[in-house]
Amino acid sequence: MRSVESSGKTIDEAILMAVAQLGVQRDNLEIEILEEPVKGLFGIIGARDARIRATVKKTPGEKAKEFLLEMLELMGIEAAAVDVSEKSNCINIEIKGSGMGLLIGYRGETLDAIQYLVSLYVNKQTEEYIRVIVDAENYRAKREETLKRLARRLAHKVAKTKKRVVLEPMNPYERRIIHSALQNNRFVKTYSEGEEPHRRVVIALK
Amino acid sequence: MGELVKFIAQSLVDNPEMVEVREIEGEQSVIIELKVAPEDMGKVIGKQGRIAKAIRTVVKAAATKQNKRAIVEIL
Repeated sequence: MRSVESSGKTIDEAILMAVAQLGVQRDNLEIEILEEPVKGLFGIIGARDARIRATVKKTPGEKAKEFLLEMLELMGIEAAAVDVSEKSNCINIEIKGSGMGLLIGYRGETLDAIQYLVSLYVNKQTEEYIRVIVDAENYRAKREETLKRLARRLAHKVAKTKKRVVLEPMNPYERRIIHSALQNNRFVKTYSEGEEPHRRVVIALK
Repeated sequence: MGELVKFIAQSLVDNPEMVEVREIEGEQSVIIELKVAPEDMGKVIGKQGRIAKAIRTVVKAAATKQNKRAIVEIL
């Protein structure tokens, strides 16, 4: 963690020094006051500068990474690397290493659980909601492709047989992929029925 | 396994010092009892048990690696 101690005639001045030294904006610094300034007689005798310690705050992405690495270690999963990229209000995490099959789990169940826990941890300490996406071996993109293919195939079947098809339960993210894949289909419409976590997409004739 | 549950629970609650974990080791399975401050119950259970389910899923994956069955009980 980067931190500096600095001093100045006032606390503000000391903070400005720290900002200049660290090259980080004021909002991203944690300020601890080590010594209050003393004015002294005529501003000379007995005068003492203010002293502060400024520490660069951890970004949500850094917090997410720390949490995830510790969790993976305790799970006994050897992750070779955890790549984090932060955009405004969104953290993308890519886990690389061996044993990724176990980490993804059946239909991405374990990966989703990990993602949910990281998201809870990160959002516990922030004011605005930050979206967290955890991926391994490009699972999310591959799953999206699979779901789109499935949607197109089933739409075709519905159009042919004129019978509606009920899909297996999916999470909101996966349901959205199906809905948007068939949004502009001329023959079928989609909607969801049932309650979470058993909500399912239905593909029916228009 | 107990450490994993403890770490996750402590990361989510407001009173991490109140988190207690007990492991009851069997031959093929392990029971992990998790205890948190009463006001933190919601933080480890979640709406419709969503958080508890996520904790169990992660622990189950870790246990599979050791060819064990893990049961997480929240007291």
